[in-house]
Amino acid sequence: MENDIVQMKNITKIFGSYKANDNISLKLKKGEILALLGENGAGKSTLMGMLSGLLKPTSGEIIINGKPAKMENPREAKALGIGMVHQHFMLIPAFSVLENIILGDEPLKAGRIDYKKAAKDIEFLAGKYHLEIDLNAKVSDITVGMQQRVEIMKALYRKANVFIFDEPTAALTPQEISQLMKITHALSEEGKSIIFITHKLKEIKEVADRCVVIRMGKVIDSVRVAETKEAALAEMMVGHKVNFAIDKKEVNQEKDIFKIEKLSVEAHGQLKIKNLDLTVHSGEIVGVAGVDGNGQSELIEAVTGLRKCKTGTIMLNGKKIQHQSARKIAEAGISCIPEDRQNVGLILPLTISENLVLKSYYKKPISNKGFLNYKKINEDGRRMIKQFDIRSQSEKELVGDLSGGNQQKVVVAREISAQPDLLIAANPTRGVDIGAIEYIHEKIMEQRNAGHGVLLVSFELEEILKLSDRVVVMHEGQIVGEIDPRDTSSEELGMLMAGKQQAEEMGEIS
Amino acid sequence: MSLSTILMTVFSTTLIYAAPLIFTALGGTFSERSGVVNVGLEGMMIVGAFSSTVFNLSFGNVFGAGTPWISLLIGGFFGLLFSLLHAVATVTYRADHIISGTVLNLMAPALCVFLTRIFYNGKGQTPVIDQSMGNFTFPGLANIPFIGKILFTRTSLIAYLAIFVGGASWFFLYRTNIGLRLRSVGENPAAADTLGINVAKYRYIGVLISGALGGVGGAVMAQSITLNFSASTISGQGFMSLAAMIFGKWNPMGATGAAIFFGLAQSLPIIGGYIPILSHVDSVWFQIAPYAITIIVLVIFLGKAVAPAADGRNYIKGK
Repeated sequence: MENDIVQMKNITKIFGSYKANDNISLKLKKGEILALLGENGAGKSTLMGMLSGLLKPTSGEIIINGKPAKMENPREAKALGIGMVHQHFMLIPAFSVLENIILGDEPLKAGRIDYKKAAKDIEFLAGKYHLEIDLNAKVSDITVGMQQRVEIMKALYRKANVFIFDEPTAALTPQEISQLMKITHALSEEGKSIIFITHKLKEIKEVADRCVVIRMGKVIDSVRVAETKEAALAEMMVGHKVNFAIDKKEVNQEKDIFKIEKLSVEAHGQLKIKNLDLTVHSGEIVGVAGVDGNGQSELIEAVTGLRKCKTGTIMLNGKKIQHQSARKIAEAGISCIPEDRQNVGLILPLTISENLVLKSYYKKPISNKGFLNYKKINEDGRRMIKQFDIRSQSEKELVGDLSGGNQQKVVVAREISAQPDLLIAANPTRGVDIGAIEYIHEKIMEQRNAGHGVLLVSFELEEILKLSDRVVVMHEGQIVGEIDPRDTSSEELGMLMAGKQQAEEMGEIS
Repeated sequence: MSLSTILMTVFSTTLIYAAPLIFTALGGTFSERSGVVNVGLEGMMIVGAFSSTVFNLSFGNVFGAGTPWISLLIGGFFGLLFSLLHAVATVTYRADHIISGTVLNLMAPALCVFLTRIFYNGKGQTPVIDQSMGNFTFPGLANIPFIGKILFTRTSLIAYLAIFVGGASWFFLYRTNIGLRLRSVGENPAAADTLGINVAKYRYIGVLISGALGGVGGAVMAQSITLNFSASTISGQGFMSLAAMIFGKWNPMGATGAAIFFGLAQSLPIIGGYIPILSHVDSVWFQIAPYAITIIVLVIFLGKAVAPAADGRNYIKGK
């Protein structure tokens, strides 16, 4: 067909013995917004890697503007009008926005870069597509939302006709997401085609015309979004029915399990937590919402003993725990599913069962007079792999070889099996597929239903609203508001996160 | 001695000692801006010093007074060739940058002293060169009252050239597209790669420029200060240059300024004798000073100054 701007025909990609893409075909029309839906590891990124010239297909053909395209490298893909907006932004923090945009395609005048001309060209494009960017700012100083606009501008500047957005909303606030949706529509109205890679169903409904579902490297179906229900999409993606509801029992929430009073914490010479008060009751999940970098990480580090508290008290079951070692705090009954599972939560080159005993290896029966009892370690490992549904070959498999979701299950298994009074979960489902998300949510809920406290820090508002009994909003190191998740939408929560005065917002809500 | 004579001595001695450091520190800046840590500067200087001295001794009677200047180019050329080893090891074969640099530092003196013994009848050092870089008085500028005498009389022309190269390096790195690309592969090679920038190519450029400038630096040392080559011709100047680069925050202008400061430190043993207050201090302290200052500066500034983000990290496509 003539208005197919991109055609991928019978694409297969094999890595070693692993078939990442199996005979995938895909078409994209001019001005179309196509969603590419699939779980992590389904093969979306591989497929797009081939379209953007990063990878070469093992077999199959890519046709762009009616002509077969042999793309040896990203530059050739760019020349054909393919622009990729990567999930992990490909920006240089130390450079200015302008330098980042023109890098590799710099206009020259008498041997030097003509920054004036570049700025003029970019400002014209920015006006046309409503992309608000500050050309002279350093990338390290701008918001995630603006960084993404810079990425989009990089593609526009190179005259892209096809935009690939790889998980574009993962790090954005709701306001930034709605801005991105507007930009996406503006691009499509100008005749640009967009491939929107995601595993969030709501976004697909909001933005896409058509949706291609990929599972285990194969195309499951291609559907018109307007005619398909979210639940049907989810089922196609996962391969079985997905349970969206969660079992929230009535429990006694009277006892204060965990209490922070007037806590201040410094990091890198800056006051990151300012005079913060926070209580978690028994049988309660307290959600901490907020834009990344507003003190959430420092709060967790302070509570778990990784960072010094400047002033204030932290109490667990009425006993002060601040200024104690991380091990003492863990033994007192705090477990933590850390934000960065690969660097903090796990030791990737160790086996599953070794990772599972990281918090208990020094105690009997694991340690006997300084010697590790590997028989017991591996026995426990096998039991926990079964109990926590960790998909692996054996308990001796290296954690680094597991998928993201299964790595996270190892962390969850270790932390929950310590039977903590307070469980801290920091972005527990980030980068984890739907099946594992469901499972991790269940486990967190079990903690609550058993009468323990949970502190859930997450950038996923849906997750916070779904699990929490109470949600507090953090902004610049302080709690700026508290809401009831049952009668608050993610948009309202987003406004609070952006730092709007709670008084006026709450006025509107109530 | 009058004040202006003392100042003239201090300035010209400082500049003479600064010149090799400026070239080499600029070399380090190019390499590290492209993302390749270069602790091999010392070795590159040694190769430059040796090759330039051999050239000077062999062709001094052919080229006359121009010999030391041509020797600098020879030193730069061999420095570049030598740095190719570092580039191949780190960029193509992704070896650890520190280890590769250390290999250069161990190899250069052994190789050059060995060759010296072969070329010069088994002696451990070369004869003294006849055609050396003397001092230079700027015509015209020297007549400016007071300043003319201090800055432009009987001074080091090559040091002024080095400062000029410093300015030119800044222009190259911060105003041209090649400079922007070279810095981009030192900051985020993956991002540069997605924009079609050949990471390996720009890293090779960075390392080779560094080898050429390091070689020139070593050659300047031999042509204007030691006047021959031996195992002790280059004794830590490469590391001082590395310190100057860090002190100068990986910026060519900063590195130039810092190298001049280290030049002052290096010239202390000589000018100490001329300055009345300092003349009673045991000269041992002046000998130690440049090394002590290097260590102190490194301790204070290393870690605080912001290095290029991908400095020392090998780039593997698709990771």
